[in-house]
Amino acid sequence: MTNILLIIFVISLVHMGLSKRLNTYTSVLAFQGILLFGVAFIELIQINVPNLLFVLLETIGFKTIAIPYFLNYLIRRNKITRESDPFLPDFISVVIVTSIIICSFLLSNAIRDTHIQKILFVAALSALFTGLYFIISRKKIITHVMGFLVIENGVFVLSLAVGAEMPLLVNIGILLDIFASVFLLGVFVNKIGDVLQEQDVDQLRNLKD
Amino acid sequence: MGIYLVGALLIGCALFLNRRRVLNYILVTVFVLLQWGLTIFAWLHRDKVVLVYFTPDALSVIFLSTLSVISVPAFWHSYIYFNSDREIPRERSIYYAAMVILLAALSAAFLANHIAINWIFVELTTLSASALIYHRRNVRTLEGTWKYLFVCSISIMLVFIGILLLTVAVQEAGFSDLGYAVLAARAGLLNTFWLKLAFLFVFTGFTAKMGLAPMYTAGIDAKDKAPSPAGALFSSVLLMVGFLGIFRVYTIISRTEIFPWAGRILFISGFLSVFVATVYMLRVKNLKRMFAYSSVEHMGLVVLGLAAGGVGYYAAILHIILHSFTKSALFFQVGQVYRIYKSKSIYNVGDYFRFNPAGALVLLFGFFFVTAMPPSGLFISEFLIFSALFAGGHTWLLAAVLLLLTLIIWSFGKNIFKILFIKPVGFDEAVVEKIAPAESLSQFVFLALVVYLGFYPPAVFVDLINHAIGILIK
Repeated sequence: MTNILLIIFVISLVHMGLSKRLNTYTSVLAFQGILLFGVAFIELIQINVPNLLFVLLETIGFKTIAIPYFLNYLIRRNKITRESDPFLPDFISVVIVTSIIICSFLLSNAIRDTHIQKILFVAALSALFTGLYFIISRKKIITHVMGFLVIENGVFVLSLAVGAEMPLLVNIGILLDIFASVFLLGVFVNKIGDVLQEQDVDQLRNLKD
Repeated sequence: MGIYLVGALLIGCALFLNRRRVLNYILVTVFVLLQWGLTIFAWLHRDKVVLVYFTPDALSVIFLSTLSVISVPAFWHSYIYFNSDREIPRERSIYYAAMVILLAALSAAFLANHIAINWIFVELTTLSASALIYHRRNVRTLEGTWKYLFVCSISIMLVFIGILLLTVAVQEAGFSDLGYAVLAARAGLLNTFWLKLAFLFVFTGFTAKMGLAPMYTAGIDAKDKAPSPAGALFSSVLLMVGFLGIFRVYTIISRTEIFPWAGRILFISGFLSVFVATVYMLRVKNLKRMFAYSSVEHMGLVVLGLAAGGVGYYAAILHIILHSFTKSALFFQVGQVYRIYKSKSIYNVGDYFRFNPAGALVLLFGFFFVTAMPPSGLFISEFLIFSALFAGGHTWLLAAVLLLLTLIIWSFGKNIFKILFIKPVGFDEAVVEKIAPAESLSQFVFLALVVYLGFYPPAVFVDLINHAIGILIK
């Protein structure tokens, strides 16, 4: 079951590479939240109840509901156009995302280690690199935030690979991180939206030598 | 310790909520007292565990003391900054709140004995630092803040991935504690493959804080756009937190067989930092950015010292402390330069000796000190780093670094002497603000401290550094 969920997760990354509309991105992010909820539920069912509840709250509450809602709010408030303005055409984008997945597959296969579930590692690495790819290949500031969220999802999967012994404290750290960074990034998207008309990274090129 | 954390948080909140000028400064004074209280507390509780997750060991005690020393003039110059610039109560209270939180987070990160706790507080420094960068609230600062926040968030994420990979290694070795002491004691048991990956991620992540290649970019904009007192903090104590993060993991690595490999990574990053700094120093036209690139160069040297081993360990720690004092003195001085010329561009400033002799002396001495000319303590530490490189047989690397340093000194000197002696073009002398020489006092004290610590280091200081590096050498 975990395998199926994770495969769907990886496919959703490809879908993100393929699509152009911002709304698709937010819904894919929400969908990934649900998938992660499933994976976390299966993987962590044996740990103590408060910890489990906390992780579930994080996936469902934050990743599925709060963050996509907040992103949609940002898009509406700043009147951001629907297109994500990639630098590269879709076809190449899909090829790149696919090769990222293949590379992380090969890389994970190189690990000679029986303790860790390789599929979690594959999913985590592909999400990490796909997120980085989104950040460098999209023009809009808000898509950078989305790329960051994809990386966060990858990190979450990786933390599942590490297993059930994660102390609650570290969990709180993750939550703080997600909350604070997304919230702050969102606030700044708002500010940038107030100051600049067009929300492109091209506008942010004044600081240089 | 508990009192300090809660107190700092409360003071931060109170500053944020309160817009009254007098009350703001009273709260800041209380915080400075609290900061010094913590420092004394740390001295008295050396190597004792406090509140489970904090241990003031030798390195954190030195760093904490440096932080407390720098924090006093930082607040003092902030006070001057608000007196001479427009002062909006809301902005002032946010500024001080962010600074208090930043200093508290840094102190806690220095003292943390657990890698995850350290991570949480480093994260907190990013957030509070961005509030300081955004202080002036215009398009440029917005851009600087955005870039800083984004790059730092990503690199903090990388550190977190590194911690997760470390956890994999730790679990395979059959324990689950991520405290530095436990990790160092059982380092031999850890799987080297995971450890290598973990080191790569943690190192790359912390380079954003320390200002090394590859993630140095964020810090440059931050130091440029933040008000000068905040810039002084960014280019001194904020670098130390990155160094500390790298150093802690490096000590764990030092007990395993991949130690030489990690050393090579440090060599590459250190050399690249010096190289990048040289390239930018040759063409930079903004005073603050020039100092920021000079920090990149010095951090590169620190890492080279760390990688070279031997006497390099001692030199690296000495270097980073002396650099903090020198660079913060220079940044405080930039605040005065900006008040006279209303510009940071090297084209628009000049003939500084006429308008502010005391400040000009600081710039002149600062230049000699930061390029490690003999009266400066940095000369000692840099010399030790180079001799460590030589002793380690890295002659070619040393030659290349020396060549790059020559270029840096040339370009640094060219710009500084232009500022000091050559008349600026199209500058209206009638409206120049008079600056009291007393405002440069703190910078002279710092520069004197650099000479003192470099040439006649007190026994306590040497002893602390030796304790700090004692964990590195088996």
